[in-house]
Parts: sequence; C-alpha cells; structure tokens
Amino acid sequence: MSFKKSLFVAGAAMSSWPLLALAQNQVNMSPGVTEIGAEIYDLHMLILIICVIIGLLVFGVMFYSIIYHRKSRGVVPAQFHESTKVEIAWTAVPFLILVGMAVPATSTLLEVYDNDEAELDILITGYQWKWRYEYLDDSGAPVAFFSNLSTSQEAIYNTEDKGQNYLLEVDEPLVIPVDTKVRFLITANDVIHSWWVPEMAVKRDAIPGFINEAWSKVSEEGIYRGQCTELCGAYHGFMPVVVHAVSQEEFDSWMAAKRAEKATELASASVEMSLDALMSEGEAIYNTQCVACHGAAGEGGVGKAIAGSAVALGDINTHLDVSIKGVAGTAMQAFGGQLSDTEMAAVITYQRNAFGNNTGDVVQPADVASYKKG
Amino acid sequence: MGAHHHGPARGITRWLFTTNHKDIGTMYLWFSFAMFILGGAFAMIIRAELFQPGMQLVEPGFFNQMTTLHGLVMVFGAIMPSFVGLANWLIPMMIGAPDMALPRMNNWSFWILPPGFLMLASTLFMEGGAPAFGWTFYAPLSTTYAAPSVTFFIFAIHVLGMSSIMGSINIIATVMNMRAPGMSYMKLPLFVWTWLITAFLLVAVMPVLAGAVTMMLMDIHFGTSFFSAAGGGDPVLFQHIFWFFGHPEVYIIILPAFGVVSQIIPAFSRKPLFGYASMVYATASIAFLSFIVWAHHMYTVGMPVAGELYFMYATMLIAVPTGVKVFNWISTMWRGALSFETPMLFSIGFLVLFTIGGFTGLMLSIAPADFQYHDTYFVVAHFHYVMVAGAVFSMTAAVYFWLPKWTGRMYNETMGKLHFWVSFVGFNITFFPQHFVGLAGMPRRVPDYALQFADFNMMSSIGAFVYGASQILFLYNVIATIVAGEKVSDEKVWDGAEGLEWTVPTPAPYHTFEVPPKVDTAAAHG
Ligand code: HEC
Ligand code: HEM
Ligand SMILES: [Cu+2]
Ligand SMILES: [Cu+2]
Repeated sequence: MSFKKSLFVAGAAMSSWPLLALAQNQVNMSPGVTEIGAEIYDLHMLILIICVIIGLLVFGVMFYSIIYHRKSRGVVPAQFHESTKVEIAWTAVPFLILVGMAVPATSTLLEVYDNDEAELDILITGYQWKWRYEYLDDSGAPVAFFSNLSTSQEAIYNTEDKGQNYLLEVDEPLVIPVDTKVRFLITANDVIHSWWVPEMAVKRDAIPGFINEAWSKVSEEGIYRGQCTELCGAYHGFMPVVVHAVSQEEFDSWMAAKRAEKATELASASVEMSLDALMSEGEAIYNTQCVACHGAAGEGGVGKAIAGSAVALGDINTHLDVSIKGVAGTAMQAFGGQLSDTEMAAVITYQRNAFGNNTGDVVQPADVASYKKG
Repeated sequence: MGAHHHGPARGITRWLFTTNHKDIGTMYLWFSFAMFILGGAFAMIIRAELFQPGMQLVEPGFFNQMTTLHGLVMVFGAIMPSFVGLANWLIPMMIGAPDMALPRMNNWSFWILPPGFLMLASTLFMEGGAPAFGWTFYAPLSTTYAAPSVTFFIFAIHVLGMSSIMGSINIIATVMNMRAPGMSYMKLPLFVWTWLITAFLLVAVMPVLAGAVTMMLMDIHFGTSFFSAAGGGDPVLFQHIFWFFGHPEVYIIILPAFGVVSQIIPAFSRKPLFGYASMVYATASIAFLSFIVWAHHMYTVGMPVAGELYFMYATMLIAVPTGVKVFNWISTMWRGALSFETPMLFSIGFLVLFTIGGFTGLMLSIAPADFQYHDTYFVVAHFHYVMVAGAVFSMTAAVYFWLPKWTGRMYNETMGKLHFWVSFVGFNITFFPQHFVGLAGMPRRVPDYALQFADFNMMSSIGAFVYGASQILFLYNVIATIVAGEKVSDEKVWDGAEGLEWTVPTPAPYHTFEVPPKVDTAAAHG
C-alpha cells in the first residue's frame, strides 16, 4: 500500500472516530496501589531527576559553547587538550552518583524478591492468547478459570464504537483480596508470555516448563488493568490482564459462589441440553475462544475454515478429537482441559450448525465426557 | 595485487569482481541505504497501523512480520553494513594503506550480503509468512511455533554473520599490518580505533549468534530440545545466548558512530579532540563491559536476586565510560571556533539525542524500575534514541563530511541543513512521546492499543512520516551532488579537518597511498 493511501485511510478512519476527547494522555509511571509500586515510582523519579539535572548541566555547557564560541563571532580557537585531572574527576564523580543510585535500587529489589509468607497462592498460566488463573488450595478441586479478551471483533475492526476499556477488558477478571500478600506462580502453556499489571508493579515472564514467582499486596480496592508484555504470537496485543481487588468479605463470598458454580457445572454435565441452549452457549464460547483463529464467520485465518470444513461436516468423533486434543505442531491447542464438557459440547454443536454447516447434529456434554473416557 | 596504476574496469564486472576498497565501500554504502529505505518502508506500515486505535490496514500476524523485518533489516542491513562501507572507504586512507589487507575476501564479504537479504525478504512470500517473532526471536515462538520460513531466516542470519566476520577480520588485519610507517597505535584516528575494537567485538559475538540459530535449526528439524523444557531444555537459555551476542551488538552499532563524531566535532570546532587517550580507553572499557552485562535485557525472566544485582551493577557501570565520551566531546567544543555545516549539525544532534538515550539506558539498568519499563514503549524510545539518533545520525554526518572527498563535489548546504532540521524535529516528534506511552503502560510489539494511548501514538506516526520523508531529501541531495555538485579541488575540503585522508587529492583517486606517506605528529589523530 502506498504511503499516501495509508495516510488517507488513516485520516478517513479518524474522522469517524469520536473518542479523541476521552484520551487521558498520562505521561509518567503510576505510583500504583502497592508499597513496592510506590517505592519503584520514587526510585524512577529519583533517577529521572538526577538525569535531568546532569542533562541540564551538560547541555547548558554545550549550548553556551554553541552560542558564544562560534567562528562567526571571530573567536580564535583555544588549542588546549588532555588533562588527567579533569578526566579523573569526570570518571569519579559519576561513579559516586551511581553508587548513590545503587543503594535504594538494591533495597527495593530485595523487597521485590521477598516471596515468603504469602497468604494466598495463585497459579497464572499464559496461553496463546488468554490467561488461566487457578487458586491453589488443598481441596483437590481448586477454583480455576480462563480470562479472555472481551472486546468485540467489531470494535477492533472499527465497525462498532470502542468502549472506555477497549482492549483492557476480559470476560472474567482475576479477583484478589486487598491488604493480603498474594503470591503469583507464573508459567505458560505454549510460548513465553509476561504478566503485567502496572499499578501492582508486577511484571514476570510466563515461561513454558518453568514457574516464576512474584507477589503483591494491594492496598486499595479497585480494578487494575494490564497486558501481556512478551511477544507471544499474532494476538499478543489482545490478551489483557484485569484484576479486581476487593475486600476480604467480598472475596470470600466470590470464592464461595465460584465453588458452587463449579459444583452445578459438574452436575449439569449429565443433563441433556436443547439445541437452542447449546447453540447460544456455543456461540458465546466460539466468539471468545475460537474466533481469533477461525474467524467471525468461520472463514478461517490462523486456523482452518470451519464453514464447510470436512471435520465440522464429517464424523463427530474426529471433530471431538481435534477440539479436545488439538493438532500437534499447529496453533490448534488441546481445548479438552480448557473448556468444561458442557462448553465443549456447546461449541462443537455450534460449529456443526453455524456458518452454513447445517448438519443438525447435537452434541451433549455426556458425549464429550464419554469421548474423553475413551 | 598485480596491476597498479590503472582506473576501474568498465561495466558491471567492475562492481562484481572489484577488490578496490573504495568500490567496495561505495557498494556497501548504497546497499545499506537501500536497506534503510526498505526497513523504513516497513516502519511506515507499522506507524500507519498504529496511527489510531483499532485494526485498519494490516492483520495482527502481518504486523508482527513487519516489526520483525523492520528490526532485522535496520540492524543487519542498514546500520551494520553502512559502517562497514565507511570503514572500507576510510580506514586505508586514514592509516596510509593502499587498500584493505584482504581485498578478495573484501569482495566476498560484500557480495554475500545481497543474496542473504534476498533470502530474508523472500520469506514474505512464503506460506505462513515471514518471521513474526521479533528481531530478538525468542524461542519457542521462533522454533516450535514459527512459520516454516524460519529456516530461511536462520540461513539468512548465517550469511549475514559470515559477511560480518569476514569484514571484521579484514579490518583487524588491515589496522594491524598496513599502517604507514610512524602511524603508531596511539596516533590512529579515533574512527580507526573504534572500528578496530568493534571488529574484535564482532569476531567474538557473531559466532555466538550463529550458535543460537543453529540450535534453533536443530530444535526445529532434528529433534533436539535445547530450548524446550519438555525435552529437558530451557527457553531462557536462548535468551542468555541471544543477549550474549545482543548486548555487544548494540555497541558494535554505536562504537563506529562514536568514532565518526570524534572526527567531525574537532574538525568544526577547529580544535583538537580534548582527551584522545581517554577516548581510546573509554571505548575499550565500554567494549569490555559490553560482554558482561547481557542479562539486563532479562530482568523479568526470573533470575535469582544475586544475578539481578550483579547485572544491575555492571550495567550501571557502563554509564561511566559513556559519560567520559560525552564530556570529552563537549570539552572539545568548549572555546573552539564552531561552525555549523551539515556534518556538524548531525554530530550535535547525535550528541544531544544519544545522551538522552544514555540517560534512559541508565534508568533501564535499575532492575526494580525496569520491571515497570521492560517491554514497553519506553524501551522502544530508548533504543531509537541510541540507534537512530546515535548510529544513523552519525552515519548521515559521515556521508556529508566525506562525500566531497569521495566525489570531488560539494553537496547543497542549504538542503543538507534542511535535511537535518526536518530529521531532528521528525525524530523527536516520533520518539519522544513514546517515553510517555511506555511509562503509562503501553507494551511494545502490539498492533493495537487502548484509547488512552491514542494521541501520543498519532503524534508518533506523524513524526515518523516526517522523518521518513526527510530521507528523500537526503537521497536527492546525494545524487545531485554526485552528478552535478559544485566541484571541489581543495585537498582539505574543510578548513578544520585533520588526518591523512585529507592529504590525498580531491576527489580521492582510485588508488591512494601506493607509496606509504610519512606520518608526522600533526597529521595524526585528526
Ligand atoms: C490459536 C489459534 C486457534 C484457536 C484459538 C482455535 N483453533 Fe482450531 N485450529 C487452529 C489451526 C491452526 C487449525 C488447523 C490445524 C491443522 O493444520 O490441521 C485448527 C483446526 C481446527 C479444526 C479442524 C478444522 C479442519 O477442517 O481441519 C477444528 C474443528 C477446530 N480447529 C476447532 C476449534 C475450536 C472448537 C476452537 C475454540 C474452542 C478452536 N478451534 C480454536 C487454530 C486455532
Ligand atoms: C548508557 C548506556 C546504555 C545502557 C545503560 C543501556 C541499558 C539498556 C537496558 C537495561 C536495556 C533493556 C531494557 C529492557 O528491555 O527492559 C536496553 C535495551 C536496549 N538498548 Fe540500551 N543501553 C545503553 C546504550 C545503548 C546503546 C548505545 C544502544 C545501541 C546503539 C542500545 C540499544 C538497545 C536496544 C536495541 C535495546 C532493546 C533491545 C530489545 O529488547 O529489542 N543501548 N538498554
Ligand atoms: Cu503476549
Ligand atoms: Cu543491552
């Protein structure tokens, strides 16, 4: 595309975009809502100010020279050069300034690394392109869920207005209690991701096969938003992190509700569902889990087309197999562990009946369960 | 070198078979400019997509191909070969040698470059697209999860690496063996010194890069698991190997740039460089330190705290010799008789903007603060201040400075100054706001962003188009100079210029210093 054309397209698109006024134009790091965050902010400001002062001095001398030591003013150039004393001074003084910076940096770093005595452990797993959160406990059936981008494709492709939290919103946020030391155990399922919430001052790489630790103690209730910060493939820009920090009571009741939800889910797995119910749930799941690769109209993209796909029109078992186990060596992941049996049944039913794939097939949660048993 | 005393051969064979350092230098310079335009075109696509929130022009996967190719082409195609071109032209003339020590290898090290880049560019047309894993190509995104074109990428890197290694062996051999009588090491012009040290860095780290891509090749095709935990390997190992190459690499890019401004600032200050010896020692210490700080790119991978502390302290130390350099340049200007022709303007632009990049580098070296900066636009701003305003500005200054010597014609000064001001303003409009969005939380390498980053991104894109357009002015000025510039015949060209290259006739004849010159102290370290 030509440069002119891109300018034109961008300009045209801009005029239809009314949100300019909303922009906040933050220019500095946020001190955030944790003690560590505030310390890091202070450190950042300290070093920034030192740099600015040195910069003003250095550039001051330079501009003085540029203004007053011009040939056009008829200056006769001095010929001085080499001075060991001066050289020693401008080596030693910066060194001492650096030592002065290293002291607070060291103490902050040691605090960042103090992972002991956490009151709550959360396992964070990066997937292409979503996060999974698991609240570790000894119950044997810990609360766990995936957190997907909830911004619509229409908003991304500019056919719908962009909301206030465009690209920074998820279907299900991580919930943590305030004033509690929460330890994050961070890993990944496929490639390297990085979990970052600026206001919590936590950024740690999620590395497949390894578990990193980080911690945070949020002091204010609120919603904090961040993003993946390690390039992790095509949709790296579309896997936000949203954290709800709530009071301990709120957290406890949320936890109880999650546990109850889990129990009903297990029970519902044996219930027969109607085609309509499966289709509507399936559509919702498709649009969060599959749409990035298979396209809003099943037309494909990173993944193969679902519309008219031999798999979606053919044997149900193959369809189950691909969706549950994935296709090794491709971006098609094993969704068996990511979706519940009900969700899996719904999305497969949806794929077999949407996009003109009118097979009329209904896949029930029990079918998924029995397929998994083998 | 058999037949002397003849001009260049005619036609295409002159360029294909040439062993003349000036011809080869010219080819390197043109090639790198072509790559600069290509990499710049990729950048324009990136900035057009980022002009405003939402996906408008390209798909996310293609966007990643653009960021990857932009980085690779700029680093390996534009900046590195441009300085090799400069070295080819200037080192023999600066040390009083008739040519490079290994002229046939010189030909070869240039001529494998275009096929290497052709191979890299061809990946754009392959199934699955070009590499999309960033110029740092972290595994396993670049191995298990990469498009099939990654194999071509690996071979392209091998070819570019071979070219660099041959080029640097040649420079080392030339500087060590071909100096004119009396040209002792401590009389070498700083450009030669910085290149000598750079060449050692290259010889040391390009094989490490070759090792990294070979391990990738093994992982992809031959069932090894260097970088996969599932097979007992470690993805972080990749990063250690990459940055063991990568950090020295950034100094490979900047040291010759230091050399260039150390030639130009004294010339337009009409005053010797303030501390020649300390500049040499500072360069050497930067080079040494550059080997032992690599993991400052990896503060967030989960290193033990002792490792973090070590890499933080070592990285902070680099600010000391870097500061020495900046102080020296400014003391050189102090009480000189300054004039502001285009090369000087670009050198002062370098000085100001590189120093800003050095400050942000110092900020990034503070490990706990880097947890907030890492992989955001703040880092993007940092490295463009050091690489574009550092390396590219100094390269541009070099072209304006030596072009009259090379061609015997003067460039258009007004247009040169215009080029400087448009570049300078465009550059800052592009990259200064990136500090802000980075601090406010915008990650790098994303094709789309949240609404609060919109204004600064739009500003950045506008600046980028301006900076991009200013390069057309440069190209025009250079071509106009070559074909119709006002003739210069003064050997010195610039009244303040010092050094052997200014003692040969203007334009520099095809063969220079067939008889070694006598080096007196006055001609030394210009
Ligand atoms: C990360 C990208 C990605 C996501 C997300 C994804 N897929 Fe896929 N999918 C692929 C790829 C790639 C293939 C092609 C694999 C191959 O080469 O055979 C594929 C193939 C398939 C196929 C077989 C199509 C055919 O004609 O061979 C089915 C069925 C399928 N996916 C279902 C799903 C479902 C259901 C979801 C959501 C729960 C989903 N996919 C989400 C990437 C993805
Ligand atoms: C005072 C000297 C410098 C210091 C202390 C310094 C420090 C750093 C640090 C700590 C990072 C990692 C930031 C992060 O990823 O979080 C970084 C990134 C980078 N620096 Fe510098 N730097 C300095 C000078 C330079 C120079 C001279 C160059 C090149 C000309 C350079 C090029 C880069 C590049 C390319 C990156 C980003 C690499 C990537 O992730 O893609 N830096 N620098
Ligand atoms: Cu990511
Ligand atoms: Cu580095």
